[in-house]
Amino acid sequence: MSELHTLSVLVEDKPGVLARVSGLFSRRGFNINSLAVGPTEHPDVSRMTIVVEVDELPMEQVTKQLNKLIHVIKIVELEPESSVQRELLLVKVRADATVRSQVLETVQLFRAKVVDVSPEAVTVEATGTDDKLNALLRMLEPYGIREMVKSGMVAVGRGPRSITAAAVR
Amino acid sequence: MTTAPSRSGSTGPKPGPPPGRSASVPTSRADSPAATRTDAGVPGPRIVDEPATGAQSLVRSLEEIGCEVVFGLPGGTILPAYDPLLDSTRVRHILVRHEQGAGHAATGYAQATGKVGVCMATSGPGATNLVTPIADAHMDSVPLVAITGQQTRPLIGTDAFQEADITGITLPVTKHNMLVTDPAEIPRAIAEAFHLASTGRPGPVLVDIPKDVLQEQTTFSWPPELQLPGYRPTTRPHGKQIREAARLIRESRKPVLYVGGGVLKAEAAAELKELAELTGAPVVTTLMARGVFPDSHPQHLGMPGMHGTVAAVAAMQRSDLLVALGSRFDDRVTGKLDSFAPGAKVVHADIDPAEISKNRRADVPIVGDCREVLTELIETVRADRAEHGEPDLSGWWRQVGGLRDRYPLGWTEPADGSLSPEYVISRIGAIAGPDAIYAAGVGQHQMWAAQFVRYEKPRTWLNSGGLGTMGYAVPAAMGAKVGEPDTVVWCIDGDGCFQMTNQELATCAIEGIPIKVAVINNGNLGMVRQWQNLFYGERYSNTDLNTHKLRIPDFPMLAEAMGCVGIRCESAEDVDRVIHQAMEIDDRPVVVEFVVGADAQVWPMVAAGMGNDEIKVARDIRPEFDNDELAASVDDVGEMTEKALESDQ
Repeated sequence: MSELHTLSVLVEDKPGVLARVSGLFSRRGFNINSLAVGPTEHPDVSRMTIVVEVDELPMEQVTKQLNKLIHVIKIVELEPESSVQRELLLVKVRADATVRSQVLETVQLFRAKVVDVSPEAVTVEATGTDDKLNALLRMLEPYGIREMVKSGMVAVGRGPRSITAAAVR
Repeated sequence: MTTAPSRSGSTGPKPGPPPGRSASVPTSRADSPAATRTDAGVPGPRIVDEPATGAQSLVRSLEEIGCEVVFGLPGGTILPAYDPLLDSTRVRHILVRHEQGAGHAATGYAQATGKVGVCMATSGPGATNLVTPIADAHMDSVPLVAITGQQTRPLIGTDAFQEADITGITLPVTKHNMLVTDPAEIPRAIAEAFHLASTGRPGPVLVDIPKDVLQEQTTFSWPPELQLPGYRPTTRPHGKQIREAARLIRESRKPVLYVGGGVLKAEAAAELKELAELTGAPVVTTLMARGVFPDSHPQHLGMPGMHGTVAAVAAMQRSDLLVALGSRFDDRVTGKLDSFAPGAKVVHADIDPAEISKNRRADVPIVGDCREVLTELIETVRADRAEHGEPDLSGWWRQVGGLRDRYPLGWTEPADGSLSPEYVISRIGAIAGPDAIYAAGVGQHQMWAAQFVRYEKPRTWLNSGGLGTMGYAVPAAMGAKVGEPDTVVWCIDGDGCFQMTNQELATCAIEGIPIKVAVINNGNLGMVRQWQNLFYGERYSNTDLNTHKLRIPDFPMLAEAMGCVGIRCESAEDVDRVIHQAMEIDDRPVVVEFVVGADAQVWPMVAAGMGNDEIKVARDIRPEFDNDELAASVDDVGEMTEKALESDQ
């Protein structure tokens, strides 16, 4: 049974680096569940958070092959128990006057918030783990989900240690 | 002859090393110690802010990095670079007839010399014609730098004339590639390309430069600072792993040293011999490693794999310890992975961590340069021997030595009296000897050249192992001859392969590169025909090239048309004479067409997807591995004449 692995990949902020990383996954036959990329505290370094579903041995291959990319500086696998992993969800739910209060109740229960409202729908913003966001979606589904978008997982290790500090000089 | 005298003639003086070049030049692997190869030092004198165009900066960078020769063909976007190249006295440019030839020539040059091979092409089709040799170099870990012109910066992305996204196209088949958008970055791009290509696990690097970047005014400064924060190849092996490997070697009673191209690239032939003799273990050399261990060495069992020797294949299958050195458990070696060497523990040393446990799980992984690994292993095993004594391998040697004696490589003389290709190739090897360089194409002739030429030295056997690129041989031989002008270079090609890239013979004739080409003409795409014979019910779909029936093309005439000597040989009595004749021609390339039988097959063989225990020594004949039944099996093989190699020499 394959497992979900969360990789934090520090890369040089160079043109084409995303294509190099994503191309590697596809040509080696690995599936990316989610990929989020953005800047770090170092201007030349970007950080990708990649969630991939593979067994342990292929996981080792993925990491080693990623490490061979010249623009990849460092790879750390973040275990769920020793890291904070969050995803952002924006979901547009059908909510006319008859059901709006029920929808808002659900939103509050999940500590999510409404960021846009119109006579027919509300747009809800939520952050959390995959499990929490899926639970929220399950609750909202009966009202009718018009549109949804997720940011992809981002994650950081717990405690004072920094993976960028050691890797980037 | 249209070239300037100083550039033609292989016997002319080679361009000298650039001034100020130290011994630890990363581009010159042959004479630089392994440890310094990964240092980021860039060779060359210090130059500050020399006014230059981007193109001049490119040529100056090539000069200072120590590039002696570029194989290429100009076109629109690379034109600016060709202008200063005309004036360079340090970089020789060899004008090829097809960019694929430039790429393979650079590969042949690199494989023969250990230096970085350089090829150059224009944008669009020029660049895409380099893709095959780049992919080839990637699979065989050849240090190659490809420089391509690109459309001007404002036109990139607009589907402009001769625009191709060559960095995108070559992404999966390069070690790295880059698009240079600032002329000031050219020296660093070139220095990084050479550094990446030649250190760690070598490989191809492509540098794409837009035309307007080449034209823009800039300054040239040297040496540039490499900026590769994510590139730190591990060359020093871990001491604990070395000790663990030594322990397994001590405990093993059936060890095999499984040697791949990494040992050759690490220039570790001497260290390999020392470890082999210290451990007394049988040695097998893969297709990419032929020559790194002498074929004449009594511990050598030959090549493993699909067309390996029975002894090499069987020894690995029955081994209790595989010491894999710079080899990668390729499917052509392992056969069906599940049944490969079932009883063996694995020590796997490679400079590329991703190779370790990729196909077969390693019990002892060692990441490092093979020369450093071997050096430390020798030391540790020697100390181990002093303490624990030598393991007794005599039973193992009785087993594998017996197989080697009973199943030597051999061939059946064709019943129709036609010339035997194996005989031709073995005679070329015997007459040209172990000092010559042999470059083969891909197919039956390649396997026979791997089997029946006896290799004694590293870098004397060049071929396309991983990608299996038909058409590799002629341009690769050309590149090898440019790199080693005083060495005899034989291209052993098939009639199919030869028709893909023979136009480079015109390059050879004009540039004074007197290679020798043996076209082993069996009238067919021989290896494909062999598979059709064995696996497709003898239905020969589209494998007859008519190079027998119609003699189209007429190979000697084709050779003569391109300024070479053309010779045809059709009988065994003439083989030695024409080889000697070819050996005596040194002012022109020579092509010898050997018209050989169409039905010869490569044996032994493990069919694709089968386990190695299913090896056949000839059609429908399996070797007998149990000692008591060996006598019977030899009778079965009776129809094979079993010419041991020794008898041919």
